[in-house]
Amino acid sequence: MELKGRYGDFGGFYVPEVLMPALEEIEQAFLKYTKDEKFLKELDDLYKYYAGRPTTLYHAKRFSAYVGFDVYLKREDLLHGGAHKINNTLGQGLLAKYMGKKKLIAETGAGQHGLATAMIGALLGMETKIFMGSTDVVRQSVNVHKMRLLGSEVVPVSDGTGTLKDAINEALRYWTATVDDTFYLFGTAAGPHPFPMIVRYFQSPIGVEAREQCINQIGRLPDIVTACVGGGSNAIGIFSGFINDKNVRLVGVEGGGKGINTKEHCATLCVGKVGVLHGSKSYLLQDSDGQISETECISAGLDYPGVGPEHSHLKDIGRAEYVNVNDEQVLDVFGILTRMEGILPALESSHSLAWVLTQKGKLPASTAVVVNLSGRGDKDIGIVEEHRPLKM
Amino acid sequence: MKSYKDVFGSLSRAAMIPFFVIGDPDFDTSLDVIKTAIDAGADVLELGIPFSDPIADGPTIQKADIRSLKAGMTVRKACELIGKVKQYRDIPIGLLMYYNLIYQYGIEKFFADFAKAGVNSVLVADLSINDADEILPAAKAAGMDTVFMVSPNTSDERIKLITEKTTGFIYTVAVLGVTGSRNSVSRSVGPLITKLKSKTTVPVCVGFGISKPEHAAEIAKDGADGVIIGSRIVKIIEDNLGDKKKMNAEVGEFIRSVRKALG
Repeated sequence: MELKGRYGDFGGFYVPEVLMPALEEIEQAFLKYTKDEKFLKELDDLYKYYAGRPTTLYHAKRFSAYVGFDVYLKREDLLHGGAHKINNTLGQGLLAKYMGKKKLIAETGAGQHGLATAMIGALLGMETKIFMGSTDVVRQSVNVHKMRLLGSEVVPVSDGTGTLKDAINEALRYWTATVDDTFYLFGTAAGPHPFPMIVRYFQSPIGVEAREQCINQIGRLPDIVTACVGGGSNAIGIFSGFINDKNVRLVGVEGGGKGINTKEHCATLCVGKVGVLHGSKSYLLQDSDGQISETECISAGLDYPGVGPEHSHLKDIGRAEYVNVNDEQVLDVFGILTRMEGILPALESSHSLAWVLTQKGKLPASTAVVVNLSGRGDKDIGIVEEHRPLKM
Repeated sequence: MKSYKDVFGSLSRAAMIPFFVIGDPDFDTSLDVIKTAIDAGADVLELGIPFSDPIADGPTIQKADIRSLKAGMTVRKACELIGKVKQYRDIPIGLLMYYNLIYQYGIEKFFADFAKAGVNSVLVADLSINDADEILPAAKAAGMDTVFMVSPNTSDERIKLITEKTTGFIYTVAVLGVTGSRNSVSRSVGPLITKLKSKTTVPVCVGFGISKPEHAAEIAKDGADGVIIGSRIVKIIEDNLGDKKKMNAEVGEFIRSVRKALG
């Protein structure tokens, strides 16, 4: 391995020996092709003409008036597929193609990464297999159907609670037997090096664009940038644009589920302890022996007991702060934004909106907050209906 | 305490090394089955402390981990069980486990406590040779041997790093993939054993996918110093959860048949 893949003491590549050659190969290819003009041009064109980049920065005026300060939404929900996930799958998919790999595998929680992988599998003509927890298969059935329509095989994983963690376990196991011709298209900025570095790179256009848009549209940098954090890919994507701007507060919002004093949450950075899972040293939700906890949260995309190593580092050095909101706050803000702005936010993204709402009356009117609206909420309407049925 | 050198040095055949998940299906039954394996002719034991997310393991070992954890196994109780095994017989014990359990216990304390209980080595499934230095000082301080994995796709450069840091034995993975029974032994394992034997003087043992006495014989003929069999034996436990007598009888019978095949 050429790089250490560390963020402070976090990160690394804690994997069985059998996976080391594959990770080394991906690292090498990444370092090579991200300096290759042809690759970068092809990726840029895909971002622009296929995915719909750049996305807009939208001043949510009615929501701003409601909370008492200016809120800008980075509209990743407008991308093809409905979420930021496509930034990464286009990048890694193209990398896999340049490496000569014929097959893609991926894990998925909410189904957004699986969907984005399935689209790229179809686009690049690669055989694609998506591992998905069986609980998530049920609660995100629309995405499952879409993935199948796109020609991907969806493999339900019933171990554990049948959520994202279990899907990653099974994808890693499958990969150990197929490393020769298969590329593991990892969905979040976690896992073993080089994935956190690669995912950050392919998600960084969010931050680059948002920073430039702030300067052009607001005339200055924002005071706060906030994003939801599960594994943390959309958050690291937008944070990366502002990390060097020391006066910009970075706020990551985790899934508080039914409350962090219960067992039903996924607020890893808020209450976790440092450990090693899925190839990376990072904060984890676990018991005193080190057995990994089963998490629960209204949004499948955040339902993960680990978190990307760079977020752990940003927390420890105090560069970013990590907070959590509970399911009820998330449902509240989902309804508010939908009716005030005509935008259905994904339940994941609703976490950062819910935190913004907690700041109502606390932040000065001159405050500018950028929220990474990482995905659209169409996939979640069943869950919302279940919790807050509409009275017809 | 018997060392790997004592055992491998005195054998004129390949060692029979069964693998068990500690506490599968519960503390007492697990201890009984391990004793049965020793009586049936196991030369070395490979034991796993159950983990919630065993990414290097196939379905059989995963289920054993869950059974053991559900029955209340903890890292401390695993240490206690190992102590009882050592009271029964002085047999070398290698642990095969995942890093987070060691990390949470405290690396130095883990090696000290488990060395005291009678463990000869700890192979960490998700700690590659690149990060071996996180545990090597603690292993050395505790007087333990080191065991690392080599898989069919490990480069010569990495094999060199691995053999340099190995004092116990090389755990050679017979197939690309996770633990679990396979119907046949990969043909590539013979040349890999030959290559490893030319690069190191420590014993070369082979595991993953070995499920029949004839597989064991084939691998021994290829020059392996030890044959590690896990999922096949753990499956016997799974298939006989309702009848512990039969469970022990079949585990014993299987181990005797492998020993016979090894000569």
